[in-house]
Parts: sequence; structure tokens; C-alpha cells
Amino acid sequence: MATTKRTVEVSLSTTGLDAQGRPQRVPLVVDEAGNTVALEAPPGMEDEPDLSGDHMLINIGPQHPATHGVLRLVLELDGETVVRCIPHIGYLHCGFEKIGEYRQYNQIIPWTDREDYLNSPGNNVAFALGAERLFGIEITERCKVLRVMACEMSRIISHLVWLGTTCIDIGAFTPFLWAFQQREKIYEMLEAWIGARLTTSLTRVGGMGADIPDDFIPKLSAFVNTFPKVVDEIDRVITRNGIWVGRTVGLGVMSPDEAINYGLSGPMGRASGVAFDVRKDFPYLDYETYDFDVPVGTNGDVYDRFLVRMEELRQSTRILEQTIKRLPDGPVNVDDHRVILPPKSRATSDMESMIHHFKQVMEGPRPPIGEAYLAVESPKGEKGYYMVSDGSSKPVRWRIRPPSFVNLSAIPAMVEGHLLSDVIAINASIDIVMGEIDR
Amino acid sequence: MSSDSTSFSPVIAGSALGSNAAAPATPKNVAHRGGALNPTVDAIRAQFAGAVLRADVVWGETTVVVDRARVHDVIRWLHDDPSQAYNYLSDVTAVEFRDLEQPIEVVWHLRSLPYRRFIRLKVLIEKGTPMDVPSVWDIYKGADWLERECYDMFGITFRGHPDLRRLLMWEQYKEGYPLRKDFPLRGRFSRSEQLRQALAANPEARYSKEELSIADAFEDLPADMRRRLDTGERTGE
Repeated sequence: MATTKRTVEVSLSTTGLDAQGRPQRVPLVVDEAGNTVALEAPPGMEDEPDLSGDHMLINIGPQHPATHGVLRLVLELDGETVVRCIPHIGYLHCGFEKIGEYRQYNQIIPWTDREDYLNSPGNNVAFALGAERLFGIEITERCKVLRVMACEMSRIISHLVWLGTTCIDIGAFTPFLWAFQQREKIYEMLEAWIGARLTTSLTRVGGMGADIPDDFIPKLSAFVNTFPKVVDEIDRVITRNGIWVGRTVGLGVMSPDEAINYGLSGPMGRASGVAFDVRKDFPYLDYETYDFDVPVGTNGDVYDRFLVRMEELRQSTRILEQTIKRLPDGPVNVDDHRVILPPKSRATSDMESMIHHFKQVMEGPRPPIGEAYLAVESPKGEKGYYMVSDGSSKPVRWRIRPPSFVNLSAIPAMVEGHLLSDVIAINASIDIVMGEIDR
Repeated sequence: MSSDSTSFSPVIAGSALGSNAAAPATPKNVAHRGGALNPTVDAIRAQFAGAVLRADVVWGETTVVVDRARVHDVIRWLHDDPSQAYNYLSDVTAVEFRDLEQPIEVVWHLRSLPYRRFIRLKVLIEKGTPMDVPSVWDIYKGADWLERECYDMFGITFRGHPDLRRLLMWEQYKEGYPLRKDFPLRGRFSRSEQLRQALAANPEARYSKEELSIADAFEDLPADMRRRLDTGERTGE
């Protein structure tokens, strides 16, 4: 039998492979009793003895290193094939949306850090943009560019964490260390910018918590210059690696129609060939004026999701380069003391600023009656904030549309028919953050 | 692999560069109220006479309040009609106002990816009327968890949903619906009572009977566990 090198490599470890040596989805059928079972003999294994028997219940999580948080999956297995997957979530539910109804708008920003904690600056920006639409505030040009900078930096952080943890799940340890080294550089920059690393609370309604420090741009330029080399290095190590390809290609396939119907967004949807990127389709922060490409996959499997995220790392670096070039001088915050606190020196020296300061701290800014839904392209997908105001200083309803919640809801459709070991790879490819899913 | 099954059409209208179809992200040219209605509203009015109770534009986003009995038909048509093609469901949620006389709103955020349009559909549930709306799960599979969460948090029943169970709270949760305005921020039960209930829960409370029936695990359970599962008694109290 003539075999290619790859077929020999992966067929040692996995059964049920197609002609290219890729793991194959086992067809599921419904038997006379109405139960879903795997076909007794998967294609290519007709000669094997029939070892099918009782179905087995496997519980993964909620405390399991490969579930990326407190996700629990109850799996029904026929041999090693998943015939049913029942996800359980909610272990990290803290009632963010309820708490938001008791907080002023600027007080909600620290809560946005804690939902998708790998993308805190991006969440801060998204919330501030939503609140500004509700208030009817036009932010300054410098603020816009700084926010784009924050969004793309946090996209790089999030994708690097995804890359590192997924590599560990699939069995590669080295890229994890390389990814986390780069992530550390961004965290150092964020720390110099706002004083916090993980929970940044970077924005305020109408501006930013702080302007960038003096040595920020040189540091960011150095990062932008060196980072693509690291991406290329990771690319060389795993993109054509036989084990990586064998464990990711053909898994968890979603067709474009399915992806849209299941509401998949972000790299999940784009890997399936749905060219939907909120930055391009419903632009915010002048994203339409930046020159960047949206990578789109063709097969919609785990491997394509990996490729899409790798390319997004490069595209984010491109956007960061452009933000450095175009960063204008000028004020960061809007000149409107109904929403922005006056400088502390003036609040203690002149009466008007002191009144503004008092009114803002004690009462908080009040938006007009109305509602706004603002979606941004978070690293996980379409992240939306829906806020409803009744004219008071606290929202009536603050709704988070979490992208990984909707993406995760498609996991039964993705894993059923695959092997148990592939569930880990498929789950990793969704890029879930339980803080965002449970809120 | 799946390239032969693709029927996803690329963007038909609207461009990323200065398009008026894209939702405005900054309020420079956007009035608080008023402005151009999404053209879809007129199409709905033409197709479903009397189904649109109200349509207005707030901060450039079109909100359509639809008759509760016909909202499923409207969404089905918006999804299927090639001139609308609202093929992407962003969100399903609900809003209850602090003024408890105001009706509860169930909100659907829909996107048309081919036409780059965004629309918000609402159904008003007057106080005292049954809290149920039709499920759109048969149109958008992505509505599954969104509707379950909305049921979990607000107690709104989505008729036609195949598996309407609590999602974020556990199945034995007894305190009601957390995002309702009559639900106190700290919860109804004291911390000690919540802790007592959590400690009193039996191991089988973590699994549904359906899950335990996998691999006949149900038959292997001790008799008292099976009795409790059969009678639906799950907390061991």
C-alpha cells in the first residue's frame, strides 16, 4: 500500500482516518429504539471485529484543565465516538447585568474588565462606545486612535493566550512559552499606560482613564517590529507540523450556512468562510479608514480557525503600525464636564469645577431616555453592549452579548460524531472565556 | 470539504467605506430621535398589514415594535425573503423597566449580513398577560442558548423551544428570575440558606435523569437515589 509520509505518521495514533490520514467524522444513525448510535463499523474499518456495546457516560469538568475554565461537558460515548454532548455552564455566574443596573455608567467599566478578562481593554472600549452613543458624545480624534491601539493590543493578547493554551491542549509546549513572552510585553505596556495589567479599566465615558506615557510609542514600535518575527517562528513550528495538522484538520467542521445560522462570529465564523467582521461591516472608531485584511477560511475546521487567528495577529500588528503613524496631538477627553471629571487641581481651586466634580461623583452623568446597541469585533467575535436608559444615571438594563457564549452553544453540533480526544481540540478552537459566558 | 455545500452569498449592498447602510458608530450626524428609518420597516408594513405597532429611530438605530402574535411570521419572513436576508441573529434579550407598570420588552437584534443592515424588533408583554413569546429556534439555531438564558433570567417562556431549561442558574434554583426588577440584588435567600441548600444537594442532582440513563447508569444507582430521581426530588431535603 502506497502511503504518504503523513498517513504513516498519524495513522499510528488514530483510527477512522480518511485517505489523507485525517480523522474522519463517524456517521451517526438512529436505531430502532430511537437512540443515536455510531455506525457499527466506521468507513475503512469493516473488517475489524464488532466491539460495540453499552454507551458510556463521560463527564468532563467543571474542573478540568482542557475545558479552559469551569465548563462542564456531559458526553455520551459509543466506544470512543461522541454521540451526544450536553454542555453545562453557569458555574461562574456573578450577575454582572444585574449589578450594572445598580451602578453609574463609569462604575460599570471595572465590571467589563472581568467578563472577558483576556480582552479587558477591548471590553472597556466597547462599553465606553456604547455609553457614548447613549449619551450622544463625540469623542476626540486622539481618543479614537488610542482606543484602536487598545483594541488591537488586547486582540493580540487574547489570540496569544488562545494559541498557547491550544498548543498545550494538543500537545505542543514550546509555542505556549513564546506566546506568553510576547503577551508579557503588551502587559508591561498596559501597566505603564493605566497602572493595571489584567483588569485595566482603561476608558471612561467620553475619554480615557489616562493618556499614554512618554515612552509608550517607542516601546510599541519596538513590539510591532519584533512581533511578526515571533509569529513567523510559531508559524514555522506548528503550521505544517504533522501532529498539529493531524489533530486539527477536518475537526468540528461548520459550513458557512450553519455558521451564520448558529450565530458564530469572529474567527469561528470567518474560518467557515463567512466574511463578517464588525470592524468592516458596521465600522466604529473609524476602522474603515485603516488598511487591514480580514482573513477568511474555507473548510471551517479547527485548523482553519487556527490559521485565521494567526493571520489576525499579523493584521492587528499592521493596524498598530498605522495607529502609531497617525496618532494626533490634542486632548484625550471631551471638553464636557457633565461627563468628564475636571482636573483635580481645578476641582480644588475654582467653584464651578468643584460643583461639576461633586455632581458627577455624587449623581453621575445622566444620558437622555433611549437605548443603544453597540457591537465591536472582540477577539472572540461580535461583542455587543445593549444599554437602555430611562434618563437616570444608572442603566435600566445593561445587556452583554457575549460572543463566546453563542459560539459555545454550537459545540454539540461540532463534536457529535468525533472522537473523545477531538472534543478537546474542538473546544479549544472556540476560544471560550467562561467569565464572559457566565457573566 | 464543505466547499460544495456553500451557498453563502457575499455582501450585496453597502460598503465598508463611508456606507450609509452601516450603523453609525459615532453620533456626529446622528440625532437622538428621528432620522432615516431602516427601509426594512416599510417592507414589513407592506407585507404584514397592521403587524407593526410602532417604529422609531433612536441614535440611528431602528426599533420596530411588532404584534406579539405575528412576530414569528415577521422574523421568518425577514430571514427567508431574499430582499431582506436578515440571516444573522445577534441577540435575544428582554428589558424590564423600573416603572413596573411599563410592559416588559422582549428584544431581538437582527443583522442582514448581505445588506449590512441592523434592526431591532420588540414585543411588548403587558403586565398581567402570560409571559410567552414564540421561539425563533426553528429559524436561527443560535437562538437556543440566548432564549434559554432569557427564560432563566426573566421567566419568559419561548413557545416552541425544544429544551427550555435554566441555563446559568441550576435546575433546582428556587429564588425566581434574577433580572426581574422585583428580585433583590442580594437574592431572596440569605447566604447561610444558600450555603445550606448547596451542601444539602445530593450527588445525583448534578445529572439529569436523561443523562444518567446513558449507559444505564441509572440502574446502577442506589435505590434511594433512584427514588429521588423518579419523584423529581433533587435536593435531598
